[in-house]
Amino acid sequence: MPKAFAASRSDIERIYRAIRRIRRVEEVTAEIYPSDKIKSPVHLAIGQELVSVGVCDALRPDDVAGGSYRSHAVFLAKGGDLNAMMAEMYGKDTGCCRGKGGSMHIGDAAVGVAGSSAVVATQIPMLAGFALALKREGKGRVAVVFLGDGATEEGCFYETLNFAALAKLPLLLVCENNGYAIHEPIAKRRARPDGLCAVAEAIGVPARKITDGNTFAVRDAAAAAIARIREGGGPEFIEVQVYRWREHVGPNEDFDQDYRCRSEAEPWMAGDEVARLAALIDPATRQRIDGEIEAEIAAAVRFAEESPAPAPEELYADVFA
Amino acid sequence: MSSPEAPPRQLRYVEALCEAFDQEMARDPSVFVFGLDVDDHKAIQGSTKGLLAKFGPERVFTTPLSEDAMTGIAIGAAMAGMRPVHVHIRMDFLLLAMNQLVNIAAKAHYMWGGQVKVPLVVRSMIGKSWGQGAQHSQGLHSMFMHVPGLKVVAPSNAHDAKGCMIAAIRDDNPVIFMEHRLLYPTQSEVAAEPFTVEPGKARICTRGDDLTVVGISNMAQEAIRAAELLHEVGVAAEVIDPIWLAPLDIETIAASAKRTGRLLVVDNGWTMAGASAEIIAGVAERVDGVRARRMGFAPTTCPTSPWLEEHFYPNPGTIAAAAWTLARPAEKPWAPSPQSTKLAYQVQFKGPF
Repeated sequence: MPKAFAASRSDIERIYRAIRRIRRVEEVTAEIYPSDKIKSPVHLAIGQELVSVGVCDALRPDDVAGGSYRSHAVFLAKGGDLNAMMAEMYGKDTGCCRGKGGSMHIGDAAVGVAGSSAVVATQIPMLAGFALALKREGKGRVAVVFLGDGATEEGCFYETLNFAALAKLPLLLVCENNGYAIHEPIAKRRARPDGLCAVAEAIGVPARKITDGNTFAVRDAAAAAIARIREGGGPEFIEVQVYRWREHVGPNEDFDQDYRCRSEAEPWMAGDEVARLAALIDPATRQRIDGEIEAEIAAAVRFAEESPAPAPEELYADVFA
Repeated sequence: MSSPEAPPRQLRYVEALCEAFDQEMARDPSVFVFGLDVDDHKAIQGSTKGLLAKFGPERVFTTPLSEDAMTGIAIGAAMAGMRPVHVHIRMDFLLLAMNQLVNIAAKAHYMWGGQVKVPLVVRSMIGKSWGQGAQHSQGLHSMFMHVPGLKVVAPSNAHDAKGCMIAAIRDDNPVIFMEHRLLYPTQSEVAAEPFTVEPGKARICTRGDDLTVVGISNMAQEAIRAAELLHEVGVAAEVIDPIWLAPLDIETIAASAKRTGRLLVVDNGWTMAGASAEIIAGVAERVDGVRARRMGFAPTTCPTSPWLEEHFYPNPGTIAAAAWTLARPAEKPWAPSPQSTKLAYQVQFKGPF
C-alpha cells in the first residue's frame, strides 16, 4: 500500500509515541483484567488506535472530541489524564468520573474530551450540540465525533448529518469502520456496505474514505477537513477502514468464536502501524520513548491501585447540578 | 416564589411564557429557543411571538423533524455552556426523544462525575378535546418523574408558567416543562418583572379541613372548580397544586393530609404507576391513617369521539362526587347536578390545533 506522506522526524516520533502509548495502555489493561481489579467492561481499541491518533494530531487543544464506549484511544489521543482514566476503570474516587462512569463513560472536560456514551450513536448529536455552541462562540473551534460503523444505522446519525449540514456546524464525523457491530458483519446489516460516504454526500456532507490503515493518511485528511470546517465550510465525514483485534468487549482475542477468522485479521496485523512507525525511528530514540511510556503506565496503575474507593455518601452526589 | 413589587397585570398563559423567554433571553445571551414552528407566524400559540424579530434566527429557530438528534444537540449545546429551550408541540412527541432525555440528559452530570451540566428546558404541551385523541393528549410526566436527574414541572396558571419557566431556564439541570393546551387562554395576575417559582414548593390553592385534593397540571384547575361545587354542600376541600412534580413537595401535601385525614389525588395522566400513586405512597410513608383515593385518565387509550372522551377525563363533577364520598363516608353518595357541573367546565378549545 502507498505510504508516502510527508512527515518530519518529529511528526513521526510524536505520532509513534501517541499510538504506542495507547496500544500499551490497552495491553496492560487486558493483562490486569483477569485479576478483577478493573471493575468495568472494557471495549479495547487495539488495532484501531490510528484513527484517534491521526485525527487528534490535527486538532487544537481547545477543540472538543468524543466517542462511544470504545473511547480509550480518543481519550488519550486528545490529552485525557491517564491516571484519571485508569482510576476510573478501577472504580476509584480519583477516576475521571469519580467512579460513576467506568471504562464506557470516560471524559476529561479540561482537555476537551466530551464524556463517552454507551448507547450507540448518542454521542453523534451530542458532539453536534458542542459544535453548535462552538459556532456561536465564533473562535474557530471544532467538534469531532468518533463513531463505529454500527452507529451509522441509528436514526440520529442521519438526523444529525442533516441538521449539521443545514446549520453548517463545525463538526467532523469520523467513522471507525471495523466491519462489525458486536459480532454482526456489516454485510448482514446494510444493503450497501460500501455506501457510507455516499449516504453522507447525499445529505450534503462531504465525505472521504481511507482504507490503507495509514495514520498519516488519516491525519492529513483530518487536517484538511478541519481547516475547511474552521473556515465555516460546514461538517465533513471521514470513514476509516480498520480492524478490531480483540473481542467486542473484554481483553481477549476471539478468532475461535466462529463469527470471524484469524486470516481476516492477519493482513491488518502484518501492517500494524505501531510496528511500522517504530521501524521508522532510530533504536535509541525508540527505546527512550518506549521506556517513558512504560514508566507512565506503571505509575498510572499504581495511582489507580493506591487511590481510595469513593465514600458511600458519594452515591448521592451529583444527581443534580 | 419571589414575586416583586411591581403591580401585576392579567396575562394569558402563553403571554406569560413569552414574557419569560423575552426577559431571560435579554438577560442571558446563552439562552436560545428552538423547535419545530417556534419561528413561524403562529409562534406556538403566541408563546414565542416576537422573539425572532428581537433576538434573531441564531437564537430562535425551527428544526427538521428530528426529535432524537435535536434533543441530543440541545444536550451537547447545554454541556458546552448554552441554555437551550427545546419546544415540542405535543408531549406525545417526547417519546421520540426518550433515549436522549433518559440516557444522556438525566445522567450526564452524574455519570461523568460532575464534569458537565445540562441546563436544558424541554417544553411540551398536552392536548385535550376536539379530537386530540390517542397521540396528542398524553400526560407522560410520571415516566420522567421516575428518572433521577430530571426535574419535572407542570404549571397550571399564567403566573406559575412565567415563574416556573424562568426558574427552569436558570436551573443547571434538565427540566421537563409540561404545559396544557386548555390552559393557554387562561388568565391570571402576573408580575411584569422577572420572578421565579422555585422547584420543590407546592401551593395551597384553597383552604379546607374536610379533605385534601391534589390536582396535577390542568387538573389543579378542575380541582379548584370541584372545590367550589363542594363548598355549596358544605364540604371544605384543601386544593394543593404541586406545581413541580420533581422535586416533589410531598411534605406540604402530607401535612395537609395529616390534618384532613383524607386525600384525593387527581392526575392529568393514568393512575397505574403514575404521579398519583407516588403522591399517595409518599403520604402513606409519612402519615398513618389517611384515607386516600386517586383519579386520572381512564385506563384506556384516549378516544376522539366527544361522547367517549367525556368519560375519559376526571371533571369537576366527578372530582366533587369522589371527594364527597371520601369526606362523608357515612352519608349517601352525592354528585353535583349536571347543570352546575357543566357551568364549572373548563372552556374547551375548538380548532385544528
